[in-house]
Amino acid sequence: MPRDRDNPMKRRFADLHLQPNLSDVEQTKSIIAKASELGYRLVAVPLPIAAMDSFAKKLAAACQENRLDFASRLDLKPKTSKELLQQLRKFRRKAEVIAVVCESKEVARQAAKDHRVDLLNFPAIDPHRRFFDKAEAELASSSVAALEIDIKPLLTLKGPARIRLLAALRRETAIAKDYNVPIVVSSGATSPLHMRKPLEMAALASLFDLDKPTALSAVSKTPLTIVKRNREKLSPNFVAPGIRIIRKGSDCQ
Amino acid sequence: MKAKIRRRYLALEIDSKEKIGQKELMDAIWDAVLRLYGEYGASKTGLALIEHDAEKNLAIIRAAHTETEKIRAAIATITEVAAKPAAVHILTASGTLKKLRKKLETLKP
Repeated sequence: MPRDRDNPMKRRFADLHLQPNLSDVEQTKSIIAKASELGYRLVAVPLPIAAMDSFAKKLAAACQENRLDFASRLDLKPKTSKELLQQLRKFRRKAEVIAVVCESKEVARQAAKDHRVDLLNFPAIDPHRRFFDKAEAELASSSVAALEIDIKPLLTLKGPARIRLLAALRRETAIAKDYNVPIVVSSGATSPLHMRKPLEMAALASLFDLDKPTALSAVSKTPLTIVKRNREKLSPNFVAPGIRIIRKGSDCQ
Repeated sequence: MKAKIRRRYLALEIDSKEKIGQKELMDAIWDAVLRLYGEYGASKTGLALIEHDAEKNLAIIRAAHTETEKIRAAIATITEVAAKPAAVHILTASGTLKKLRKKLETLKP
């Protein structure tokens, strides 16, 4: 819809956490169309492990119709660190974004120090069940994992529950900034009415004291960098960071 | 000498299947501002409704320019208007009504 959508100088926005009910095709399509209408250029949807490829193809086609770039995402919800390592070994090369839903401290710590994890997600509303503290941030700063913050609970919660969540998010973002852990702000939307424009997401991030440049990066530069880095790694021409095949076979002569 | 109060005009789009009246809309915005910033914070916003088009679900509001980001955040937290599921998006913002209307013209699909 915006006139200068294809302007390369314009900031590109990404939402790495849309959560439509994938069995409801209409709802999925309406969420994707809404993302395009709101000004996003790239979206990611967590795929079910059992039918990853088929859903990825359908979603990529729906995104293409709406002139959106689609990134495949897997949400790992392991119960133990051993289970997390097994899942990472199995699925890392199958998805462009790997997020770990940290429901225990053991899993959170393992996820933070593993280079194969892109996003650390803490779904709990209760501050005592959120494990992003200084130790976690120190581990995450030495790997590449970013802290993912979903906006949806801020919209759905009211009163004391939202106050507690805002206080916890404020603490977590301050720690992340101190330890240079990148922050990604996503919608976590399950319906189009839970989706917000990128500038509105950045304004909501100010509620937990994220300054405007960091908030804008959290909905644009940081998620785009994660997807770009992983696409390079998953490319068949990738050898090692900084090394890729540019020609092979008869082309080399 | 007292500095002149600068204002921002915000064009809003109401995303709802139902028709939303202007009182319902302003009640929802005031409610969101009050919940987030309290009466003291709300008193600084200088919020006022300028225009409302129920047919097109569009509205223009005015706010103090220093409070624009707060208003943006508060409006983003709206999930229902008069107990009807809804979202309110800011289409564009400007320092004058004339410029805002020009910007709105260019946004039309």
